[in-house]
Amino acid sequence: MTATDAHIASQSSPDAGPVAAVQPALSIGNVSHSYGPRRALIDVNFTVQPASFTALLGLNGAGKSTLFSLVTRLFGIQNGQIKIFGHDISRTPGEALRLMGVVFQPRTLDLDLSLTQNLLYHAALHGISRREARLRSAEVLGRIGLADRATSKVRDLSGGQMRRLEIARALLHRPRLLLLDEATVGLDVKARADILDHVRQLVTEQGIGVLWATHLFDEIMPGDDLVVLHQGRMLAHGPMSRVIADAGAQDVNTAFMRLTGTATLTGKPPT
Amino acid sequence: MSSTTVTPERSGFSVSEYIVCLNGIVWREALRFLHQRERFVSALVRPLVWLFIFAAGFRQVLGISIIPPYETYILYEVYIAPGLMAMIQLFNGMQSSLSMVYDREMGNMRTLLVSPLPRGYLLFCKLLAGTAVSLLQVYAFLLIAWFWDITPPTIGYLTVLPALVLSGLMLGALGMLISASIKQLENFAGVMNFVIFPMFFASSALYPLWRVQEGSPMLYYVCQCNPFTHAVELIRFALYGKMNWVSLAVVGGCTVVFMIGAILAYDPSRGLVRRGPGGGEA
Repeated sequence: MTATDAHIASQSSPDAGPVAAVQPALSIGNVSHSYGPRRALIDVNFTVQPASFTALLGLNGAGKSTLFSLVTRLFGIQNGQIKIFGHDISRTPGEALRLMGVVFQPRTLDLDLSLTQNLLYHAALHGISRREARLRSAEVLGRIGLADRATSKVRDLSGGQMRRLEIARALLHRPRLLLLDEATVGLDVKARADILDHVRQLVTEQGIGVLWATHLFDEIMPGDDLVVLHQGRMLAHGPMSRVIADAGAQDVNTAFMRLTGTATLTGKPPT
Repeated sequence: MSSTTVTPERSGFSVSEYIVCLNGIVWREALRFLHQRERFVSALVRPLVWLFIFAAGFRQVLGISIIPPYETYILYEVYIAPGLMAMIQLFNGMQSSLSMVYDREMGNMRTLLVSPLPRGYLLFCKLLAGTAVSLLQVYAFLLIAWFWDITPPTIGYLTVLPALVLSGLMLGALGMLISASIKQLENFAGVMNFVIFPMFFASSALYPLWRVQEGSPMLYYVCQCNPFTHAVELIRFALYGKMNWVSLAVVGGCTVVFMIGAILAYDPSRGLVRRGPGGGEA
């Protein structure tokens, strides 16, 4: 409803002013970050549009996690600017964080608490009242097929189920931007595919903008936007087909190797 | 029409959102604590060893004269009980603050810190939650101590509560300040040697300060300057339904200073906060 209206408004009245202008879900502007003398990010620039899937591709140590920490305000920004739907993360972090859901690479669930308890805690952190939080928790657990496990301890879930729970948790406060940092690491092939499908559905059905950090090439699809990060530098940004064409390659794999000059891949998916 | 293009966004937070958030953080901390029985037991065993063994042994060695807030001669066990209550809070504060900064809780800290509420407030809630857990430990200790003839007036169990909240916050904030700003103290052994032991022994927890003064005037002044002494005295007086204004002022003042320092020093990327040229934090 809202997404369609936004689409129509932006198409039918291009001069309708700032209200109709579509803000990028996430914009990273000239961001650099150093740990002491070591430079982890160098002048990174890109945007993630609403209702789009942007894959942030890079090997381990490329700077993906640093970028996530900056976007989520875990680290203070040293240089550059990060905006979420126009809200500067340094100046108005409250507004920015309200619109953002995050799934971190390490598991951040309380293993000894139940699924519902984990969700209620997250809801409380966003100021959602207990009654509303219970309704939403039941709803999201139903959606991820874990309704019957609501009172089990998280410890008893499989890796894939935990990830799904983390995604459900990240969506509990109804954000419009979802960040996932290597969300499929350590999962088997089936669980990986399920998680990826689920996230892609969120993009098409709910118009959520997704930034998906990964080092696994087979998780990227032709329609995706691609950001290639290597040793802190952004080497390419754009629709996947263009990035591949610009690199003069046939597929992402080759394009990535040409761009980064890496001869071997550590990004092979587990089989 | 075009208003539907923008999802309504609010700025700022309502009071109820702040309260919901605080409740949620305290509730989770309490739940986690109840799930960790070993932690509860070890938190209780430590003061009980002091009470059952150390105090029993020293009962004959140390005579206690009548000093406020006590109105009669008291046993040594009765004297050190408030000190042991403060010790529980000291350990709890250091432990939870250390884990907050460096430990495996890092993952959980991330969940906390991506909450849109102001970071300072979130850390305050976390300290309050740690204090709430220390209250459970202290009251469990008081219950066991009651069978050991440490029987303060019934009203004392109530009047000591605000004192415990304040001292718990002070010690938690101190723990966070220390672990966030002094890199060398990132392990618990370091904190034991350089913070917990000196604070505990150079205080009125185990011996009244007038006796310390007789032995070493220098140590007496050190003890007087030790905020832990005032936490112990605040608890001691409150447990007997009385107020020690000096201690209240010291503990209150230190709580504010430590808390502001802790919030400024706390940086999830470890160590002292590094402010970049454009990097102001909330």
